[in-house]
Amino acid sequence: MLQAFTTLLGFQLLGEALARALQLPVPGPVVGMLLLLLTLALRRDAPPAWLEPTSSALLQHLGLLFVPAGVGIIAHTSLLARGWLPILLTLVLSTALTLAATALTLRLLLAIGLGGRDE
Amino acid sequence: MSELWVYLARTPLLWLALTLAAYLLAVELARRSGNYPLCNPVLIATLVLIGLLTLSGTSYAAYFAGAQFIHFLLGPATVALAVPLAQSLARLRRLALPLLLALLVGSLVAIGSTGLLGQMLGLDALTLRSMLPRSVTTPIAMGVAEQIGGEPSLTAALVILTGMIGAVIANDLLRLLRIEAPAVRGFAMGLAAHGIGTARALQLHAEAGAFAGLAMSLNGVLTAIILPLLVR
Repeated sequence: MLQAFTTLLGFQLLGEALARALQLPVPGPVVGMLLLLLTLALRRDAPPAWLEPTSSALLQHLGLLFVPAGVGIIAHTSLLARGWLPILLTLVLSTALTLAATALTLRLLLAIGLGGRDE
Repeated sequence: MSELWVYLARTPLLWLALTLAAYLLAVELARRSGNYPLCNPVLIATLVLIGLLTLSGTSYAAYFAGAQFIHFLLGPATVALAVPLAQSLARLRRLALPLLLALLVGSLVAIGSTGLLGQMLGLDALTLRSMLPRSVTTPIAMGVAEQIGGEPSLTAALVILTGMIGAVIANDLLRLLRIEAPAVRGFAMGLAAHGIGTARALQLHAEAGAFAGLAMSLNGVLTAIILPLLVR
């Protein structure tokens, strides 16, 4: 568990440093995630067994980790209350359109055989 | 009693413990409702805590002094998304082209539909510019909002709302469209609703969660590059 957590924090640190040094528009943890993926891909083997339980534990409660930021909505209640209907309508409709467009495009591309046979 | 409150309100322990308790309560509620979409744990826990902060007259800064310990774990959790992805690497390589094309379409629809609908519904320029990057993960969205003349803290609120809306509607909408494959469902959820969509996808299916994490990262990178170019 300690080894896995250190690895995850290490890659995050590496990602933060790289994002800062190269002035990337992407945050450090995302860079760290891509670096870890690249490292695991280069091993040409399954991810080490000790990495799995800690990663799963963190991801299993991913929703919890968004709650502190979510409560931050409280700072904008006055603006959101003033124009809540157009804001909510835009958010709901465009989120629905994005979900549908992405899923339908991907299903179509897989159905015409792009990317080989998929189960 | 009030002395005890004054003491507790000053320690980070109180709001850290209450955040965990609110989330556990919300998860239990979601389970009992048979994962009814509106009983999304992130949504319920957030509403409960906003209620508690309002009732007790606590500022967000005082709340965050405790809750930051949970917030901090978002970093390593984001890195951890690489692990389920690495487990489906062979499949990922084979699907690279369709995934990238779907990413491009989804990302443009997310930005374009927000811009068009927002304009049609009469949102003011600042709100609209703050809303354009709403489908990507908070830190990227805030950075992009700053570049295109939005208000980053408003963007953060709109990003979170988008995630909650996505998590609430995704399952029923995708079922209505007869999208069955977990990989396709997950990819759409991560692209449209970033981390909160990914959390929802993980709740439904491990493979859906892996593809959601991938879509979230890719859309973050793509949006950070194209949105500042599109908004001139």
